[in-house]
Amino acid sequence: MRGIEKHLSEFQARGIRVAAISVDPPEVSRNLATKRGYTYTILSDPKAEVIRRYDLVHAGAGEGGQDIARPAEFLLDSRGIVRWVNLTEDFWVRATPEQLLEAAKQIQ
Amino acid sequence: MPAKRRWNWLLWAGFMLTLVAFASYIVVFVNFPITRNFPWVNLLLFAGAAALLIVGWRRASKQPELYRGKIAGPVLAVVSALIFGLFIVQIFVLGRQLPVSAAAPQVGSKAPDFTLQDSTSKPVSLSDLLNSPVSGSQPKGVLLVFYRGYW
Repeated sequence: MRGIEKHLSEFQARGIRVAAISVDPPEVSRNLATKRGYTYTILSDPKAEVIRRYDLVHAGAGEGGQDIARPAEFLLDSRGIVRWVNLTEDFWVRATPEQLLEAAKQIQ
Repeated sequence: MPAKRRWNWLLWAGFMLTLVAFASYIVVFVNFPITRNFPWVNLLLFAGAAALLIVGWRRASKQPELYRGKIAGPVLAVVSALIFGLFIVQIFVLGRQLPVSAAAPQVGSKAPDFTLQDSTSKPVSLSDLLNSPVSGSQPKGVLLVFYRGYW
């Protein structure tokens, strides 16, 4: 997430809007954004409803056995069609901003 | 036998470095893709810690009249090895226990719409994201990043 913020102007220059989604309630996201200086949209899905609709629930993996999202990145075009997906097999390994920007080239 | 044997600082430095090697991944190195996706800095720190512990333990057992640590040496080495094992399990085993997500939206399919609150509790839908301007013009796309949450 830090990496995305660092490259945010490059995403914006390519016309890409960035939004992050987790089960954190809005106030937690607000703290995170303030503390780390994140300026992109951070959305709250406390009941993991959207996370479930996207089949990204990692059951019981949160603090106190809460259902949380597994890490995943989706790049959608302007019609909302998925053009690129990254479902990591290891939650320590995420797509790098460079990989995401490379994927963004496809929908220019 | 000399009255006072020297403090075997290598053992304690090795142990402290083990703790640093373990904790610094979550605290520091996880924040940078280059040190997160493969924890090479932490593995190097563990290797350094192992070297200190081995040298310290050896001089404690070979020159017990000069150096302390005949008991502390093996104890610290075993505890350090357990901490290293825990790190390996956390990074290389538990990190891979992820669901399959077979029904996740695939390339070419339409992303399911949603409406969620942003960090100011304002409702934002996927259509809003797709339609509100980015740097003054219609967005060409949206990057959705699902993350585990910040606790």
